[in-house]
Amino acid sequence: MTSSMMLLILLGMPLCSAVVLAFVGDRKFAPEINILGSAATFAAGLGLALEVYMQGPMLAGGKFFFVDAFNVYLSVLTAFVSMTTAIFSRRYMRREREHGRVGHVGMRFYHAMFQLFIFAMLLCLLTNNVGVLWIAMELATLSTVLLVSLYRTPTAIEAAWKYFILCGVGIAQALFGTVLLYFAAEKVRGEGGEALLWTNLSRVSGSLEPTVLSLAFVFLMVGYGTKVGLVPLHNWLPDAHSEGPTPISAVLSGLLLNIALYALVRCKVLVDGSTRTHHAGYIMMGFGLLSIIVAAFSLLRQKDIKRMFSYSSIEHMGIATFAFGLGGPIATFGALLHMLVHSLAKSAIFFTVGHASQMHWSQDMSRIRGLFKGNPLVGWGLMFGVMAIVGMPPFGIFTSEFLILTATMKDAPYLTPFLLLGLGVAFAALFRKVQPMVAGDVPSYQKPMKVAHLPVLLHLILVLMLGLYMPDFLNVWFHTAVELLK
Amino acid sequence: MNLHMASQINSFLAALVLLTAFGMLVQKRIYGLIHLFAWQGFFLSLNTAVVGFVANKHHLYISSVLTLSLKVVVLPYILHVLINRLRIRKEVETVVNIPMTMMIGIALVIFSYHLTAPIRELSTLITRSTLAVALATVMLGLLMMITRRHAVTQIIGFLALENGLFFAATSATYGMPLVVELGVALDVLIAAFIFGIFFFHIHTTFDSLDVEQMAKLKESD
Amino acid sequence: MNVYPFISEILQIAIVLGIAPAFIGWVRMLKCWSQGRTSAGLLQPYRDISKLFAKDVVLAENASWIFRFTPYLVFGTTVLAGGIIPMLSIDLPLSATADVIVLVALFAIARFFTALAGMDIGTAFGGMGSSREMTIASLAEPAMLMAIFTISLAARSTSLSQIVQVIYSGQSVLRPSLAFAFLAFVLISLAETGRIPVDNPATHLELTMIHEAMILEYSGRHLALIEWAGMMKLFLFMSLGAVLFFPWGIDATGSAVGVVLAFVFLLLKLAVSGVILVLIETGLAKMRLFRLTEFLGSAFLMATLGMLAYYILD
Repeated sequence: MTSSMMLLILLGMPLCSAVVLAFVGDRKFAPEINILGSAATFAAGLGLALEVYMQGPMLAGGKFFFVDAFNVYLSVLTAFVSMTTAIFSRRYMRREREHGRVGHVGMRFYHAMFQLFIFAMLLCLLTNNVGVLWIAMELATLSTVLLVSLYRTPTAIEAAWKYFILCGVGIAQALFGTVLLYFAAEKVRGEGGEALLWTNLSRVSGSLEPTVLSLAFVFLMVGYGTKVGLVPLHNWLPDAHSEGPTPISAVLSGLLLNIALYALVRCKVLVDGSTRTHHAGYIMMGFGLLSIIVAAFSLLRQKDIKRMFSYSSIEHMGIATFAFGLGGPIATFGALLHMLVHSLAKSAIFFTVGHASQMHWSQDMSRIRGLFKGNPLVGWGLMFGVMAIVGMPPFGIFTSEFLILTATMKDAPYLTPFLLLGLGVAFAALFRKVQPMVAGDVPSYQKPMKVAHLPVLLHLILVLMLGLYMPDFLNVWFHTAVELLK
Repeated sequence: MNLHMASQINSFLAALVLLTAFGMLVQKRIYGLIHLFAWQGFFLSLNTAVVGFVANKHHLYISSVLTLSLKVVVLPYILHVLINRLRIRKEVETVVNIPMTMMIGIALVIFSYHLTAPIRELSTLITRSTLAVALATVMLGLLMMITRRHAVTQIIGFLALENGLFFAATSATYGMPLVVELGVALDVLIAAFIFGIFFFHIHTTFDSLDVEQMAKLKESD
Repeated sequence: MNVYPFISEILQIAIVLGIAPAFIGWVRMLKCWSQGRTSAGLLQPYRDISKLFAKDVVLAENASWIFRFTPYLVFGTTVLAGGIIPMLSIDLPLSATADVIVLVALFAIARFFTALAGMDIGTAFGGMGSSREMTIASLAEPAMLMAIFTISLAARSTSLSQIVQVIYSGQSVLRPSLAFAFLAFVLISLAETGRIPVDNPATHLELTMIHEAMILEYSGRHLALIEWAGMMKLFLFMSLGAVLFFPWGIDATGSAVGVVLAFVFLLLKLAVSGVILVLIETGLAKMRLFRLTEFLGSAFLMATLGMLAYYILD
């Protein structure tokens, strides 16, 4: 099978599943179709990854698609997490459905939009056209807006409206930045769609007008930064991630933030090439560090469990943004790894959190108690997930954060205390909040339930494995990506 | 049509777009707002066609027709239908008073002018001077979204912002590549359906479209 | 030495004095027709003025010199303003002595003294009218100056003759800055000349009147002068608008034929502007007083946008 065929399947599978699921609606086997579609997508992703591993980066579909070391691992990650989320959501959504929180229409909508969302994210990653990248990003927002408000409670609608408006406005800035990028590119490359192709742009980035590109980067930073959830553009994130159904929270936190950061980093490469200064990096470092510190301190005062982990996502995105801003091989390597392990760990946490809140019918942390005894998988899963996310060895996040810290000490030692402060506060806050939830006796209102084992275990094992041993292909990709992003 | 004449028509239409943007900022009635929005779309589409003619870029005609159908016909129609269905007849409240809003608006225009100065110097297109107006339209749409507290008005502000972006693409580069323009138009259309659904949700849940009531999700202490 | 400029200057002042009442008559006639009433004819304002001149002046006991002096001053400044605006010919001797800022100042002096006179007698209405008038003035004058600066920027001069010359000779039909300035000018003119929707010249209803409240105590020849000056002010604003934004037909050569032709054109433009004025007045309702800030605020906005448009777009 050729690689472009593989790409076609990878992109076409979620789109087809979306259409099929829109017709299937609330039938009994809809979740299974959802899982099947996602699994096929994942298989195609693996195939493509193998192809890229063997033959190196490639262009496909008349230069419209582009796969290199940077986006291939993110594509596989996206396909993988969406598959495990689909598995998780089968049990989870069935229970929500039984409790009447979602109706017929809601379920039909949920499944179709879930697949459409996966499609939008994969398109974001694989497209070579900076304009299409923007369109896909907007599509990813639009497809999840109504999923956030799926429960139709006042708070859910408020959260979705905030998400819709703030992200709409934010991403509009990114479009302006893209227009400016095209303006600069047109001068060098001539007119037409070719001028917006990333491969072409990166080749000529040295001759792009620096003043225009710096201006463009400001807009792109604000635009995509809103989607990454960087402080102070993060207002929508805790709401959107906490009010929707938990599977959606898992993919929003685990995947969509990565995609937005990916877009930002792609743009940064062009800007760096043009300006030959480190200004873009400084901007990203500033936003990143601010996000780490603000999010870490916000963690302390959370009462809602999903909201707390949303803030933790902001913190980790801040770390990755900071590391990309810092530049240099070690920091970039750390950032790439961090995106991967955070995504896995955070979605695992959301899976357990989803079950925990279903067992207690509450997202209020003061009501969630005795998880170890009530349901060992949920309890220990949450515990290990939190241990991973705060950066305890031997989990993968320890490795990535350690790399980033090392690089910070070398390149910007005066920022190390701030970084450590953020990490320390987040560590303390998360442990303080999680410990009473998992330990202790089972409260009377806790209801036992069947949980999805596979996703949680799979994710945690992977995070652990990445902390102990780095597979060869990943090593190669990361090193290539580091070269690419230099 | 000689170049001088064309650039004058272009500037004049840009001025009209700016005028409608300010009009929307101070307009209190929802129907008036929708009409202004439709006018803005009309001027934009006309401008795109003129630029397309002068620069001999045929894909701009498609953009122009797309704008005309989407921003002048479809979206105002959808908004009209929604407002009739939801029986919104109230005047729109503003948070900041109108003279103040105008002053901020003027400041934003000046800001946009300065921000786009480097591009104006680099560009050789006849439309280069209108880029400042385009950015100003974006900023004014943003301002409108911040100062208004009604869901419909916020959406109109959002769409006006989108108009500004489209205008920016036309004036900075004679339009983005067609595939991008089409994709953006598709996104706007999807967004239109989403906010349509949203209006119903908000209306049934909160009994009005005043977004001021949606303030439950705050950081608790 | 060329005598034509001086002839056209004298001719112009005569026109301002002579035709202003007829213009008001024309506006009133149109208004009557639009409302289905029988009009009093084009010449009624002349009859009103001559009737007032024939009557005795009744002065309040505590009227000071300001009260007596004001009508002459208002009349004088208005005639002087009429001498500055180049209506028939660009080459106007008086126009060289005073520029457009002076023109604004002349109107401001007249307004200032009218307001003083309104308060001079000490009646409640006079004071109320003065206070309202000054409120409007404080908002209208910055807008007016802004609009004028925009035009001056476009013409690179504050001299009226120069401005008209530049705009007349330029091929710039669609200059956004001028379009904005024109819109601002229309709004300001309505406020300055006390027309609907800012003020109603035909009312003596105590709650709404502004200009009429200030001159309520005047009678006889004083009132005649003030009324005449008011007519001239409207006439001047209309012709200023016509000449600044639509200077077609103005005499640039300084020949007798040119002046006559310019006169015909002026009459034509005034007739049209009268129609537009009546359309605005019948189309709009008078605004509540506190909404005037918004009205004049938008005039200021337009003028500012005009100035910005000059830098951005021209």
